[in-house]
Amino acid sequence: MKAGTKLEKVLESGHFAVTAEAGPPKGTSAEAIQKKGELLRNCCDAVNVTDNQTAIVRMSSLAGCLLLKRQGIEPVMQMVVRDRNRLAIQSDVLGAVTLGIGNILCLSGDHQKFGNHPTAKGVFDIDSIQLIQTLKRMRDEKKFICGEDISGEVPIFIGAAANPFADPFEYRVSRLAKKVKAGADFIQTQAVYDVARFARWMEMVRERGLDKQVHILAGVIPIKSAGMARYMRDYVPGVIVPDEVVTRMEKAQSAKEEGLKIVLEIIEQLKEMPGVHGIHIMAVGWEDIVPELVEKAGLMPRPVL
Amino acid sequence: MKTITRQKPQEEVMGYLEKCRKVYVIGCGTCATLCHTGGKSEVLEMKEKLEAAGKEVTGWMIIPTACDELTKYALQEEAQKIKAADCVLVMTCAIGVQMVSLHLKGAKPVYPALNTLFIGMEESPGHFTEVCLQCGSCVLGRTAAVCPLVRCSKSLLNGPCGGSAEGKCEVSPDIPCAWQLIYDRLAEMGRLEELEEIEPVKDWSVSVSGGPRKVDIEAECTSVS
Repeated sequence: MKAGTKLEKVLESGHFAVTAEAGPPKGTSAEAIQKKGELLRNCCDAVNVTDNQTAIVRMSSLAGCLLLKRQGIEPVMQMVVRDRNRLAIQSDVLGAVTLGIGNILCLSGDHQKFGNHPTAKGVFDIDSIQLIQTLKRMRDEKKFICGEDISGEVPIFIGAAANPFADPFEYRVSRLAKKVKAGADFIQTQAVYDVARFARWMEMVRERGLDKQVHILAGVIPIKSAGMARYMRDYVPGVIVPDEVVTRMEKAQSAKEEGLKIVLEIIEQLKEMPGVHGIHIMAVGWEDIVPELVEKAGLMPRPVL
Repeated sequence: MKTITRQKPQEEVMGYLEKCRKVYVIGCGTCATLCHTGGKSEVLEMKEKLEAAGKEVTGWMIIPTACDELTKYALQEEAQKIKAADCVLVMTCAIGVQMVSLHLKGAKPVYPALNTLFIGMEESPGHFTEVCLQCGSCVLGRTAAVCPLVRCSKSLLNGPCGGSAEGKCEVSPDIPCAWQLIYDRLAEMGRLEELEEIEPVKDWSVSVSGGPRKVDIEAECTSVS
């Protein structure tokens, strides 16, 4: 065991994992994140707390994770390199580990241009792959980037993202290989709507044997309305929403029911795909659907380990 | 090498000149002329605007290359007219502004009329692109001669982020994804396996984070020999 977190145990024991995302509030309400945690408690193995997602300032991921942890819910701390230099990153990692947060997801972060401080200076002192490498070195060698020793253990289950829907497509598997080489233990992918493209990517992943070296959790986002489907298709960077999905949402009598049906169909196919070890649900603005979604996907009850 | 500049909003310039009635204006015959930001016609245009705003322009000149040390002599030749002014408005890059300020030795306030943007490559006449961050530890040998530090919006050193789509950066469809460019060039040369190497964390101490950088050519040549 690298960190002995619940997520690690679920994945290592061969269960099909379920994680979900909870965005912290744009304010100081502990209740806001605790409510999401309560909702997700029984239907997920771990809850990702986002880190200023879409470059909009929110309560820090570290604080959100600690609030969940106190409730007995396992957090995944998301960490972007956009907002911190190597000193801040390493000190936050030490803080998180000290507070018992064992899962950390390494990300570049959406460009600050998309957020509510578009004139901010993007830090990008190190990149997401170097962040993975940094965490691995902190954990395995107990050393900082500079080479100095860290006192105490640094148990971390290291996560990274993968986006099979970004370009150049062929490079996406090499990029995953690079993240595995850097030290990623688990991967959470961008949301899957184009299942055929995801399947092609997974095939290439298996050809390189990467599915044996890292746990891949496929991302899904339930769509609530036709407007949301169109918005995601047209404006969200890195996501491919096929026209067919948009049409289905537009023609549906009940958009919510259709949205749920679509995501369940996708999950059904993902469950059958060799090398996919779980799903990661990013129900932005529709968190309350997650328990029903997991239930209907046949993924309940969650394993108790 | 060209320093690319853009004119500041006139309101900002007028803000600097609020307490000055008499102004001396300086342009540059090199980069600022090429950018149409501080050549003869722009300097004369500025003169007109200042006069229309009730200022007196005591004189103006276009220094051939404002960033070199001959600027000192140009300022000496115009000393009388500069002396008659309350301030000097400099329509050159930031290096020219500092050169003028250095040689006027604090005798007059010196104000910039331009914003200095970047050291640019002229891809076609009048079209400038930022291609170098001047980071102090060049990575071009590993990136097919495309600089990811300045051409990738996130300065990523290990390949494209998840926002690269159809060759474009997530930040704008007008920005080519630097890593797509690098990928295509390496693919063409059959060197794609190089992208699998992990680029280590960068040494920013030789860049802007290390404090002002200086080079003494004579000292460096001596130490090499």
